[in-house]
Amino acid sequence: MFDVKKLKFDKGEFYFAKQRLKRAVRLAIKTLWLHRLRSLLTVLGIVFGVCSVIAMLAIGEGASSEAQDQIKNLGSQNIIIHSVKPPEEQKGSNARQNYVLDYGLNYLDLARIQITIPGVDVVVPARIIRDYVWNITERVDCEIFGTTTLYPILRNQHLGQGRFFTEGEVEAGQNVCVIGAEMADRLFPIESPLGKDVRIGGDYYRVVGVMDPIVRSATSEEISTAIPVHRMFIPIETAKIHFGEVLMKRRSGSFEAEKVALHEITAKVGNPADVLKVSLAIKTVLEKFHAKKDYEIVVPLELLRRAERTKQIFNIVLGSIAGISLLVGGIGIMNIMLANVTERTREIGIRRALGAKRRDIITQFLVEAVILSGTGGVLGVILGILVPFLVSYLAGMKTIITLWSPLIAFTISAAVGVIFGMYPARRAAEMDPVEALRHD
Amino acid sequence: MSSHVIARIKDVRKIYRMGTVEVEVLRGVSLDFYSGEYISIMGPSGCGKSTMLNLLGCLDRPTHGSYILDGQDVSTIEDDELSAIRGRKLGFIFQSYNLIQQLSVLENIEVPLFYQGRPEEESRAIAIDLAKLVGLESRMHHKPFELSGGQQQRVGIARSLANDPVVLLADEPTGNLDSTSGKDILKIFADLHARGKTIIMVTHDTGIGQLTTRCVRFSDGKVESDVRR
Repeated sequence: MFDVKKLKFDKGEFYFAKQRLKRAVRLAIKTLWLHRLRSLLTVLGIVFGVCSVIAMLAIGEGASSEAQDQIKNLGSQNIIIHSVKPPEEQKGSNARQNYVLDYGLNYLDLARIQITIPGVDVVVPARIIRDYVWNITERVDCEIFGTTTLYPILRNQHLGQGRFFTEGEVEAGQNVCVIGAEMADRLFPIESPLGKDVRIGGDYYRVVGVMDPIVRSATSEEISTAIPVHRMFIPIETAKIHFGEVLMKRRSGSFEAEKVALHEITAKVGNPADVLKVSLAIKTVLEKFHAKKDYEIVVPLELLRRAERTKQIFNIVLGSIAGISLLVGGIGIMNIMLANVTERTREIGIRRALGAKRRDIITQFLVEAVILSGTGGVLGVILGILVPFLVSYLAGMKTIITLWSPLIAFTISAAVGVIFGMYPARRAAEMDPVEALRHD
Repeated sequence: MSSHVIARIKDVRKIYRMGTVEVEVLRGVSLDFYSGEYISIMGPSGCGKSTMLNLLGCLDRPTHGSYILDGQDVSTIEDDELSAIRGRKLGFIFQSYNLIQQLSVLENIEVPLFYQGRPEEESRAIAIDLAKLVGLESRMHHKPFELSGGQQQRVGIARSLANDPVVLLADEPTGNLDSTSGKDILKIFADLHARGKTIIMVTHDTGIGQLTTRCVRFSDGKVESDVRR
């Protein structure tokens, strides 16, 4: 019996609360509509706050995911070693002097890495030569990779048409090549390049395959190991036969010759957990045999970790900016609500005289503040979703809107309404009804 | 008179503190108001009649003394309970009407009912009846600024009646009106009195004082005279 009674009472109380809230919302909308311009301007603070949060997060997310994609393209299980010109030679080199610079990785390094370091599955060497590639009168400034059959698999570069060259062709040093889709378009605008010949210097190479085009973006310059636009693959033995080991470079009127056996070694580690350990081992081995530091070790996994850390810092910075802009919006709401309370002092007095309790007055002003910030939140979310699309469309940047960013932004904006609406609402409720009625 | 005491104030004092100065506005007032009375409270400005009305209207609490309204001591109760009593037992009519500008006539009349949690349909029916009672059936959906002063005051009266109050408290209800509208308003008051409503009205107009059944005159925070007719 007692429980039933209590239940009924609760239901009545709930019904009353619901009714009261419904009417408070209606009244608040009416009042806010009465001061349309003021409400709109107040809402704008929150709109831009929320919008900038979502847009910035989307752009940031897009940029970092792009960077991460690129790093992943290098292969997270890979360790890439480049030949670099040692710094002493660079300083001491006299522009007028002609001599052969001998530096960089060689086949011995390749063998050492492959044989002495456990955990390394495969090593792929590459010679990279920059030269013009011709088809009759069309030419392309191209990076020519002399390498083995595994290179595209290890480096996540995909074949579009035809085939990659075979191990037999590598061993025999045959004149075959696989060209990038970008240069294929330039050299063979109409017909299919497959089975055609391209010319480098005095040598002709048969095109056996075309690589997929590389998806490029505004941020691709960030990573030093980015894939060049125009690229061509030939068997490493072929490169040895036709280009030798000494490369001539014309530089400010004089010639400079470099002797570099290998420009790049890619080592694939079998177990992803071992990548860092193996990279240290490679470093130790190379240090022993190279007096000068004429190589550079790039560990994509490490880059990936660094990118993730950068992203974390980025998110913290964005979060603070977002927090500040929402704070500003909240202060705007508080400001307007305080003005509102002062302006409507008499109304508060009337309502109090007619039986309104303090919490009725608090509800009324709080609902107004929450409607302001809530509307701002909704508009901000809509705008914040549109802006990244616009940025993608206009600037060609990749943007990613994660599900939680609009949710969080909206929740915070609604909370801002409650927090910054509380003080004005309390002030309204604390007013003495007699004083309030006398106010004009 | 066969009526009972509806409001009893006993030795009521009200002291306002302004900085370090204390001002005693009411200095020991004792009065009994009976149901069905039509009372005017008169006196020069500053005599404490408005303070008296605020105390009677439970908008303020006495510094000293007791106030029993409809059998309940309200001189010491909490703010929320005071609100509830204002909403349930009292009706206010103000000199400057004090309508809420963004609400229509009907919505204004509904305000006291809303704070009592009455269902919407019921409130609307009561509001329509009251609008008819004060002769505003053709203006029910107008906003206050679209009405004349007399019409606005009639809305005020309708609003004060919405909760069927024990006492009607009017503060210079005709003070802002021309004499014709004022007379209309006073006629409504007379009607309400004839129906048995208890009315307490503050005024400085002796002519209006003549229309009431009891005239309490204040002077310097004390009752100077209390005349029944």
